[in-house]
Amino acid sequence: MTVLSQAGLIRWLVWRDVTLAWRRRSDLAGALVFFVLVVTLFPLSVGPDTRLLRSIAPGIVWVAALLASMLCLGRLFADDFADGSLEQLVLSPQPISVIVLAKVFAQWLVSVVPLLIAAPLIGLQFGLPRGMPMVLTASLALGTPVVLLVGAIGAALTLGLRGASTLTSLLVMPLYVPTLVFGTSTVQATLSGLPLGADLRLLAATFVVALVLGPWAAAAAVRISLE
Amino acid sequence: MSRHATRWVAYASPPNLYRLAGRLVPWFATSAGLLLALGVFLGLFVAPTDFQQGDVYRVLFLHVPASWLGMWLYLLLGFYAALGWIFKARSSSMMAAALAVTGAMFTGLSLATGSLWGRPAWGTWWVWDARTTSTLIPLFLYVGFITLQSAIDDPRRTDRAGAVIAVVGLVNVPIIYFSVQWWNTLHQGATIRVAGETTMPGSMLTPMLIMVAGCWVYAIAVVLVRLRQLIHRRESIDGGLHGS
Repeated sequence: MTVLSQAGLIRWLVWRDVTLAWRRRSDLAGALVFFVLVVTLFPLSVGPDTRLLRSIAPGIVWVAALLASMLCLGRLFADDFADGSLEQLVLSPQPISVIVLAKVFAQWLVSVVPLLIAAPLIGLQFGLPRGMPMVLTASLALGTPVVLLVGAIGAALTLGLRGASTLTSLLVMPLYVPTLVFGTSTVQATLSGLPLGADLRLLAATFVVALVLGPWAAAAAVRISLE
Repeated sequence: MSRHATRWVAYASPPNLYRLAGRLVPWFATSAGLLLALGVFLGLFVAPTDFQQGDVYRVLFLHVPASWLGMWLYLLLGFYAALGWIFKARSSSMMAAALAVTGAMFTGLSLATGSLWGRPAWGTWWVWDARTTSTLIPLFLYVGFITLQSAIDDPRRTDRAGAVIAVVGLVNVPIIYFSVQWWNTLHQGATIRVAGETTMPGSMLTPMLIMVAGCWVYAIAVVLVRLRQLIHRRESIDGGLHGS
């Protein structure tokens, strides 16, 4: 048997998870449909006033995207944990953090990317001015990986526990405060005519911190839950 | 030196710690009772009425200690949880678990007293300002830690899973504080300013410091009692504590 290199393992895992997700396409659309539905509920609840909707659009889209991305946290490790393949993966000579990173990336590709494609359309629905929908998508593209990377820690800690999904959201939601603040302020600053730089850089910094520390903490959590 | 060190490390063993905590609790409990009684007396009857706020400001004597403790106990929780995780020291992990409820209580108390103070002073129960919000988020961190620990049955996994989430929370706390500040300067709608830096006269400062000390020893006493219960519950399963 050949031993996969780190890059090889990542490539193989991403391919495997994407294939698995593709074979259950109904799950795959879940996050996207949830996102669109939540966003649609807001005009229905606060009224169709265009000015109000435009001013709250960044917040609404961001919170909806955050919740939609959190939906797939339950699937991140749980299926592999249930059928024992997670234990086999952990036995590989590569560090667990690499496995976590690959799984998060695959999950992001299949569940969150459709949402990023839908986000500019939603922005148009809320009457965001020209160019703004792209800023919104860019902020989401940087922010949603943080949601998954940090969420992976919670998902790994709650593996096999009763009420794991509720517990996961309880654990990780407070940790999303910086991401949400920097994400929405990126859009809001641009809306009020400020230059794009500062907020987007802070969001990027959050992403880098999550990218470096997230998989490592999640790997520790996986190890604890598998013992 | 080394004999000194071994004597201290001896208290890392749960049965020894159980006995030490048992000896310390009465002292801390008594001094908490005395300090809190003195603080309440000085705060309510001796400290002068504030010329701007009237008597309402006296909430401060509970609000300030509660806020400080809520914050400090989370740092301590993270420290002990990390210690327990790194050195596989059960006692440290149990200490972290014992700290959580008291910390959450003080954080909740800080929010509640702040709200009670805000109503007469600013005319509103709740302000989404930086300080209030950055007290609220740690409360959620406490709740997450407690809920996670109570959802797990295996003590080893409880300790270590709790440590992961506590440390992740601890790393996040400064980032959360900064982001909340950032958020607050961005949305500068509210005109209410939370008490600017004013110098406090000694007649108000002394009762406050006494209350802070009282709350600290109260927290220590309660945490040690809870620690003893935790040790008792766990070690009686292992059968290690009998005869003590």
